[in-house]
Amino acid sequence: MFGMITLVFFVSRVIPSDTAQLYVGPKATAEQLRRAAEELGLNRPLHEQYFTYVSKLLTGDWGISLRAKTPVLGDVLKFLPATLELVICAYVIAILVGIPLGVFSAVRQNSMVDHGGRVLAVAGVSIPSFWLALLLQLLFFGTLHVLPLVGRLDIESSILHPISNITGFHVLDSLLTMNVVAFVDSARHLVLPSIALSTYPLGLITRMTRSMMIEILNEPYIRFARANGMTERLVIFKYALKNAIIPTLTVLGLSFSYSITGAFLVETIFTWPGLGTYTVNSILEVDYPAIIGVVIFGTVFYVVINLLIDIGQAYLDPRVRLR
Amino acid sequence: MTLVSVAEEQEGGRTRVQEMRLILRLIRRDPLTVTGVFLVTIFILLAILAPVFAPYPDQGLGLPVPERILLPPSSVNLFGTDYLGRDILSRIIYGAQISLSFAFTVAILSSVIGMVLGAVAGYYGGMVDDVIMRVTEVFLSFPPLLLAIALLATIGPGLTNAVVALSLTWWPWYTRLARAQTVSLRESHFVEAARAIGVRSRTIVRRHIIPNILTPIVVQATLDMASAILVEAGFGFIGLGAQAPSPSWGLMVSTGRYYILTNWWFPTFPGLAIFALALGFNFLGDGFREILDPRLRRVVRLRT
Repeated sequence: MFGMITLVFFVSRVIPSDTAQLYVGPKATAEQLRRAAEELGLNRPLHEQYFTYVSKLLTGDWGISLRAKTPVLGDVLKFLPATLELVICAYVIAILVGIPLGVFSAVRQNSMVDHGGRVLAVAGVSIPSFWLALLLQLLFFGTLHVLPLVGRLDIESSILHPISNITGFHVLDSLLTMNVVAFVDSARHLVLPSIALSTYPLGLITRMTRSMMIEILNEPYIRFARANGMTERLVIFKYALKNAIIPTLTVLGLSFSYSITGAFLVETIFTWPGLGTYTVNSILEVDYPAIIGVVIFGTVFYVVINLLIDIGQAYLDPRVRLR
Repeated sequence: MTLVSVAEEQEGGRTRVQEMRLILRLIRRDPLTVTGVFLVTIFILLAILAPVFAPYPDQGLGLPVPERILLPPSSVNLFGTDYLGRDILSRIIYGAQISLSFAFTVAILSSVIGMVLGAVAGYYGGMVDDVIMRVTEVFLSFPPLLLAIALLATIGPGLTNAVVALSLTWWPWYTRLARAQTVSLRESHFVEAARAIGVRSRTIVRRHIIPNILTPIVVQATLDMASAILVEAGFGFIGLGAQAPSPSWGLMVSTGRYYILTNWWFPTFPGLAIFALALGFNFLGDGFREILDPRLRRVVRLRT
């Protein structure tokens, strides 16, 4: 954690780039430049800058965005719910499709379903999400006219049926306030980006579930359960799947934080007002504090998710607890 | 030579030639692996012989043709033309050079760096191990793609920079893999024997450790090439990778995205190329893993 903050800091400072210049804009005078440098503390020695930077980070001051002149942490938190809503929805799709598909593939190993499942799993991790997003737009908006093209809400419904901000998740907020029109509208906007984003985790989950199920179905205890005359359904879902789900959970957690980054591309296509759009804009305008803010936030998120996976594993798998 | 082959014969009950034959037979038996080999070979050929295959080589490299803007697929332009009138097929063929060289460079750079560091850390242990692994852990604590984006945003966009950023991000995964393998090899009899007859540590690592940990590394590198192709496309897409007029597939989808509703062919075909090549490498990597992993292979043979 600490190492990573250090690394980010030095990478951003050692690489020659004139931060002060960016802050005041290209037409600034020398005097303005000097003042900006002083304001940002750029004229002090490196180790001193580093020290102030870390202590500020810890107190929640993540710097000011060079472009919008707003606090970075506030921006990140403002854009986060939209991204989370999207990613969570994508994972719900991935889990609902991936686990049954993986189980079915494993149970009917080498059948047509299995081959189909394997191809689908590999295709899921191979398809560029942003390209799939475009194709979905073409099909569902361009040809079929059934789903909206971009954004989180139609302008019309956002004015007539404003959503009160409780959690920041539009779908949840509108449901909590019984705002039916806004609920339907925001859910409709959510469909395409979620599908586009779900293919990668879907592929991972299917593959992992399949290989774990195959391994477990060959275990002696499964044979014993079958010999005892248990129904196939009970054997598969109660005894085998329960154990197969643990490694799948690990993969899932790891890819979750990966998908936050993956969402960048999909968000750009759908002009989804989330972290991804924010980051891509920051990159285009070379807004370092904002980029670094997102990176630090993403890393914290990643570490927290990893911790949660470990805890979840200990909860589900008694062997881990003993160690 | 004789000593080695005798040892192998006793262990696996097969000579090296038989082993190769078995591997080839297993590759042929699995339709997915064959598809993978097929796709990857096609793209490699296209990339190497781009000037021969591309119908309009100069357009592939970026020469605009103002009078043929955004034409739909036809017999003249098989995949249509883009917003500058260039033949999309030619640009896809030239784009294969970019994607493949990117993927190969990243996979080779990161796997070689990672493998050597991992083997050294695992073999020597102690201080060396500690230092290498602490550094590795710092890198591993980042979400991989985010670190690459951050690096790229600071050193500036471009294809070479993207190679550097991604290799810097990916090597630690190989280090961890290589170290785990090395640690289990370190105590094996043949390494002990080499040590006993006074072979230098450096030679042991080079001649005895590395060849034996190569298999999982190669499998991982093949799978990573698929990811590298997707990442390169993603970088191109958000403007961090290759810059115009380069025929990078991701860049083509990116510029083409505004035309999806009016001129569907413009972003669709470059994206299809990304998909096909990534699919090829993934099939290939998966196939390698199943064939080279003796545990999985036994299952295959039982079924014959």
